[in-house]
Amino acid sequence: MDYTPLFLSLKVASIATIIVFILGTFGARAIAREDFFGKSVLEAIILLPLVLPPTVVGFALLYLFGKNGIFGKLLFESTNIQIVFTLFGAILAAIVVAFPLMYQSASAAFQNYDKNIENAAIIMGASKFKVFWTISFPLAWPGLLAGVVLTFARSLGEFGATLMIAGFIPGKTNTIPVEIYFAVQAGNTSTASFWVVILIVLGLVANIWLNWWSKRNLLKYKTD
Amino acid sequence: MKNQVFIFLAILILFMLPGCSNDKEASVQKEKKNAVELSIAAAASLQEAVGELQDAFKKEYPQVTITVNFGSSGQLAQQIQQGVPVDIFLSADQKWMNMLEDENLIVKETRKDFTGNKIVLIGEKDSDKDFLTFENLKGDEMGQIAIGDPDSVPAGTYTKEILENLGKWEELKNKFVYGSDVTQVLTYVESGNTDIGFVYSSDALISEKVQVLAEADSSLHTPIIYPAAVLTDSTTQDTANKFIEFLLSEKAQTILAEYGFIK
Repeated sequence: MDYTPLFLSLKVASIATIIVFILGTFGARAIAREDFFGKSVLEAIILLPLVLPPTVVGFALLYLFGKNGIFGKLLFESTNIQIVFTLFGAILAAIVVAFPLMYQSASAAFQNYDKNIENAAIIMGASKFKVFWTISFPLAWPGLLAGVVLTFARSLGEFGATLMIAGFIPGKTNTIPVEIYFAVQAGNTSTASFWVVILIVLGLVANIWLNWWSKRNLLKYKTD
Repeated sequence: MKNQVFIFLAILILFMLPGCSNDKEASVQKEKKNAVELSIAAAASLQEAVGELQDAFKKEYPQVTITVNFGSSGQLAQQIQQGVPVDIFLSADQKWMNMLEDENLIVKETRKDFTGNKIVLIGEKDSDKDFLTFENLKGDEMGQIAIGDPDSVPAGTYTKEILENLGKWEELKNKFVYGSDVTQVLTYVESGNTDIGFVYSSDALISEKVQVLAEADSSLHTPIIYPAAVLTDSTTQDTANKFIEFLLSEKAQTILAEYGFIK
């Protein structure tokens, strides 16, 4: 048995989760509580990948980040990085598809506590940076963590967009969902079932661990 | 807020209602006219052609309603194996039809080879690679190449066979990006993400953004033959047989030829 799909999937999901966590947290903190012109349109665009079929997302990515796409070309000429048919493509797909989930959780988290606590700290002379790390972030942490769980789970299971932009190259871009799809197509039931079981176990373990971990963290936080 | 939720639910329910009543009406009408429903599972490559074949068949048999389900031949064969109710199977590959025949899921006597196809090498419309042929492909001179996954996409299986016979498979192997179906291979080439790809001649004909660079010599691979058969579980065996007869008629063959299929 070749275990590359497992490692590729874990790699894609972890990298995507870290990037989405950072982008989603700061993005939501910057946008969610402000009122400005075009905010609802901006948020609708951010949430778009949630309602679009993943293949459509993949198709759009293929044209934007493809060899002749605006971003794809720019990136290739400036850094020599090719997105299509590489693991970068799979990571990009996971990021785009999972980002709305993180953004939703984070924006709810930042709106869920009393803003006056931050204001008080600022009045008392704390820098914006300090306020964020010692007040906003810890207060929003439970919500952010929920977003991380969703992001990781979504990245791990991402298939449609991934297949479009990363393609199926055994040993290079065959994440577990893609591997399952091609195994089923080829009538290779035993391989498919093996990966299905792995994916289920992986998803369950990740969810249980994160739930347990967040509960423990929340308890610690409450007794303080 | 609560009111809005109720209105939303009411609208959802409204959407569901006409669905139910229409079904009833339809079934009443069916009994009246003695209409027959024919369910066809067809290989994805036939999509464009089957639309027109369907219309032509309906002109001769207006009482027949046809529903077609497209997918890769392997996918469809597996669905049939799992008991999805289908009357006719149009496969792009003998392999899956053989599998169904072995399990007695098709009526042996109705199995007919109704058309065929060719494998071609395609590039973007304004590609400068028109000097390429199957014989002069070189691994170290090529970018990535789109091909159907040989294990599951018949077009890929034939391509592999051709390249193996030419002794090129190993050399090109690490250049391949495997598509889940021919449409995906087309998309990769159309969008310029791979310079070249391998598809059926019928697929190349549909797309306006690609051009055929070379045709594979048919002696290099197993003949590409599309078999059709009526399924054992079909409840409309007579009509299904008529459709297969129709497929072999000159009229149907002309339509198929228009879409790049050659027997």
